[in-house]
Amino acid sequence: MIEFRSVSKTFADGTTAVRDFNLVLPSRTTTVLVGSSGCGKTTLLRMVNRLIEPSSGQVLIDDVDVATRNPVELRRSIGYVMQHAGLLPHRRVVDNVAVPLRLSGVPRTEATARALAALETVGLDPALARRYPRQLSGGQQQRVGVARGLVADPNILLMDEPFGAVDPIVRVDLQRELLRLQRELGKTIVFVTHDIDEAFLLGDQVVILRRGGEVAQVGTPAEILAAPADDFVRSFVGLDRAHRALHIEERGGQRVVVDGDGRPAGVLDPA
Amino acid sequence: MTWFLDNADRIGDLTLRHLWLSVLPVLLGFLLAVPIGWWAQRHPRIGAVVLGSGSILYTVPSLPLLVILPGVLGTSFLDPINVVVVLTLYAVALLVRTAADAFAQVPRDVVDAADATGHSSAQRALRVELPLAGPVLLAGVRVASVSTVSLVTVGALIGVSNLGSLFTEGFQRSNTPEIVIGLAVVVALALALDTIWVLLGRVLMPWVRGARTTA
Repeated sequence: MIEFRSVSKTFADGTTAVRDFNLVLPSRTTTVLVGSSGCGKTTLLRMVNRLIEPSSGQVLIDDVDVATRNPVELRRSIGYVMQHAGLLPHRRVVDNVAVPLRLSGVPRTEATARALAALETVGLDPALARRYPRQLSGGQQQRVGVARGLVADPNILLMDEPFGAVDPIVRVDLQRELLRLQRELGKTIVFVTHDIDEAFLLGDQVVILRRGGEVAQVGTPAEILAAPADDFVRSFVGLDRAHRALHIEERGGQRVVVDGDGRPAGVLDPA
Repeated sequence: MTWFLDNADRIGDLTLRHLWLSVLPVLLGFLLAVPIGWWAQRHPRIGAVVLGSGSILYTVPSLPLLVILPGVLGTSFLDPINVVVVLTLYAVALLVRTAADAFAQVPRDVVDAADATGHSSAQRALRVELPLAGPVLLAGVRVASVSTVSLVTVGALIGVSNLGSLFTEGFQRSNTPEIVIGLAVVVALALALDTIWVLLGRVLMPWVRGARTTA
């Protein structure tokens, strides 16, 4: 369990990224922080492994304040997947994946074996293991990034817009893969995105943020859609747009789901 | 050509002296300049002063420095150490700015990824920043190496024998072939060393070529 207790962050240049933020992220679930740029979502994520220190307030993992832990040790115990994969360009793919293990002192042969297994877990061809990151496509690099995040089998996985820089088809692929992995592995995932569809697809708990790290609404995707807290949330999740405002029409004896523009979106399954 | 063959042993001997008088300052200069450059790049304000003094140091002419140094170090006037120290200073002066630039061009997101995956500061510097600064550092070493090989010849003026001795001797005896041959061997040595640095770079930084084949 991760807990934010009245966390605020003001940067040296005077901008307040987060103000009095409180949230509990239950274990073995995916919490998605979603909002437009400047809403403090990445700042919040980076506080979990102390890449950013809060100006006030506490971040706790299993009731232990992370401020009391050695930051380097803490980061090694938490998986991190970043936008553009963030691979080391001078290491081969397999060595990139093995980095967290090597840093924790796992012997080279064992680290390599586990790295190869992690590559298989994320569905990468082992033939790519000996390549350098730049020789891979964006989607492949991102899979390597996920493999690196998972290789040390951490309880917590932080994901900072991991699929933001890949093309839409690859993104759908990676999202499906993440859902599959999460069903198998049951990590505590903190996922940051600006894409509300991605948030609803992946999140057990979705946190919609306004500027300044202010929470607009917290809930399951269904709760938020069913009862948006205010106009900001309504507009952010797209309830004011046609593709979310669905209704049912009888057409030829079938109950058809139609969107706000009258375009059929699907049929209502009697089951 | 006759002169060359008659003096082949001596030229070989002078070349070896010249070689270590060149390589040692470049290596020492590299070892000193890399941490200074790394530090200067992380502390831009004081760093700028350090880099500036490096440039000033490089403008000091070598001959007076070679004359003053024995007094400062307490070494004998003919001691080759004087030459090594002076040339190391020049190598540092040349390489510090290159090193600072080399570390500055390491991509910010890679450094960030190194932090996020749990590198300590030392691990990040040695395992991530240093290798990624490598190609620019190598370019600096090549310049310093060529410049040092030619500067070593000045040592002959104060009696530290090296290939420059062929110049001083050739002038005294009006022996043109000796001067020309001296010059040719110095250039050949500079080129040979340069080739070694390039090959060393390929061995130590295989990813640079690996990236190019598909990019």
